[in-house]
Amino acid sequence: MAESKKKKTGSGPGASVAAHPFPPTSRALPKAPSGIHGLDEITGGGLPRGRPTLVCGGAGSGKTLFALEFLVRGILEHGEPGVFMSFEESEEELVANVASLGFDLRRLIGEGKLLIDHIRVERSEIEETGEYDLEGLFVRLGHATKTVGAKRVALDTVESLFAGLPNPAVLRSELRRLFRWLKDHGLTVVITGERGEGTLTRFGLEEYVSDCVIALDHRVTEQISTRRLRVVKYRGSHHGTNEYPFLIDEQGISVLPITSLGLSHVASSERISTGIARLDEMFGGAAYYRGSTVLVSGTAGTGKTTVAALLVRSACDRGERALYFAYEESPAQLARNMRSIGLDLDAYTDEGLLRIHPSRPQANGLELHLVTAHKLIADFDPAIVIVDPVTNLINVASVAETRSMLTRLIDFLKMRGTTALFTSLTAGDASPEQTDVGISSLVDTWIMLETVESGGERNRLLTIVKSRGMAHSNQKAEYRIGADGIRLVDTYLGPSGVLTGSARLAQEAADQAAATAQTEASARLEAQREQKRRALEGHIAALRDQWEAEDAEMEESIRGLVRQGDRTGEARAEMAGSRLAFGQETGQAPKAGRSGPERPRSRRGRRRR
Amino acid sequence: MTRGPSKRASARPPTWQLRLYIAGHTPRSVAVLSNLEKLCEERLAGQYSIEVIDLLRNPTLARGDQILALPTLVRKLPPPVKKIIGDLSNEERVLVGLDLRPAGGKER
Repeated sequence: MAESKKKKTGSGPGASVAAHPFPPTSRALPKAPSGIHGLDEITGGGLPRGRPTLVCGGAGSGKTLFALEFLVRGILEHGEPGVFMSFEESEEELVANVASLGFDLRRLIGEGKLLIDHIRVERSEIEETGEYDLEGLFVRLGHATKTVGAKRVALDTVESLFAGLPNPAVLRSELRRLFRWLKDHGLTVVITGERGEGTLTRFGLEEYVSDCVIALDHRVTEQISTRRLRVVKYRGSHHGTNEYPFLIDEQGISVLPITSLGLSHVASSERISTGIARLDEMFGGAAYYRGSTVLVSGTAGTGKTTVAALLVRSACDRGERALYFAYEESPAQLARNMRSIGLDLDAYTDEGLLRIHPSRPQANGLELHLVTAHKLIADFDPAIVIVDPVTNLINVASVAETRSMLTRLIDFLKMRGTTALFTSLTAGDASPEQTDVGISSLVDTWIMLETVESGGERNRLLTIVKSRGMAHSNQKAEYRIGADGIRLVDTYLGPSGVLTGSARLAQEAADQAAATAQTEASARLEAQREQKRRALEGHIAALRDQWEAEDAEMEESIRGLVRQGDRTGEARAEMAGSRLAFGQETGQAPKAGRSGPERPRSRRGRRRR
Repeated sequence: MTRGPSKRASARPPTWQLRLYIAGHTPRSVAVLSNLEKLCEERLAGQYSIEVIDLLRNPTLARGDQILALPTLVRKLPPPVKKIIGDLSNEERVLVGLDLRPAGGKER
């Protein structure tokens, strides 16, 4: 029967809705805030008020703590007194166990807001001699709730009755009556149950508690444990259906409701500087969008941390706060190393603008890292968050888990409008365009750092692989890390690719020589040209002189001829005139005679000019 | 309906101290009490005392003896403490529970 119930939960009213967050609708059933950090977000307000909720899980999954925190938060935050019916641990044990979580049960008990009733059933002491019921449990519960005026009740773990009482049939009918009784009294109840094989609980408690079922899980992967919580069903309410990691720390249970949030974050168009002047230019003047996620990937020793630290500097100089998750270096070491490039991180720390949170990834599971990050970010409210390096997180979990964790972190940061910079170490033999975490698609801007080995030296190159929503340089730029931070030098793109370091210097020198040679050659040519021009002009002048000389000579001869012709003409005219004088006495003849010799004279005149 | 320690036997301290927990004046409560009295008279005449506790009136007392099922008969003396739940209608089992059967040890 438990199986069929379980199947039904899959298609339950809440199961189909995976959207987040889950705002409590006005007509939704009333809910009692659990006070457990993050759980109320998943359940859209809390556990169903006046109804029982089953919390099931294996040994050590945190059921008892869940139940107890539900009561303690109810008392402290919502003024709802509670009764804890413990079937396993005694009051003293409980008080001692949760003292480390900051819950002062003694005080709450003393104030009359909490009542712990330890119900112990010893099978060996009990002899069954006829009909009976569990009225005693009801009496005790009724008395306890009346004593403190309880609104909340926890039953932990009611199933142990199955071991203590000989007749399960009686127990089952009594449990059914118990849950009816609890509902009738309007009590919000958390019942814990041990997880069974293939069923939610070993004794099928889900049969009785059908309103809300929460499963807790505690898995160990690669020697690091992760706790997870899932709302299996929640009748009459939307809820998150995912498995949410949670942790138990000094503040109790924290559930992480943060998943992929449907990408509804606001996109700022404000641009902020990278802290490296010429890198800003490569992005077209200003660099990252505020609230965007930047990935700086590179092999060992490419200066990823330096790029990150320079972003910190530019933020802190603007008076913004920065939070630095150092997974490799201690704050002191980081500060010392950055001093070598003229960057005084301690000053920012002292000003309260920078907080460095160092931890070894191996120190705890991924989820704890994420929760720690969440808490710190919520607490410190930084404008810039650095995670250096994200690749170290793979040491703690699988790549898929790391990616999912980073996705949640990125979403969280984007929702807050926080700019994030992740550094990622590329393995020496891996392709530089490959990030171990595979998060390149999640980030908005990706700067790739690499070292090129040539001519006995290693030189560093920077490329903007991508930058969403902005024009950016397509060139590889060589950069140097020096006492003044990172300095980008002019890129030399030669026929064989980018030249770096000494090769670049050599090439630059060669270029200069070539340029000088070219200038000289052109000057020489210019001189030659001038010379030729002069030579030609000289030639032309000589030719002209020669021509003029010939011309003058010819003119002289022409003139001689003309003169000769004139004389002949005059002689003829005279002779003709004398003939005319004898004949008809007109001036015709002399006119014609004059026009003849005039022509050459005029031609000559024109030529002279 | 607390009767308190009812000395039904002689003045010397009884060797059998029994405590019966019930809840209210229900037919089952009445039945269990009559069953118990009958049995005690038969087997333990003069050497027992019965204390009847009605948890509806004194709910706090349920904690002391870890009472859950009702009715419950608790054998306070002689030690060890034994609990017998149910309406005591199965006399044989009651005797086993109280270690009253001469051959009880073998059966158990």
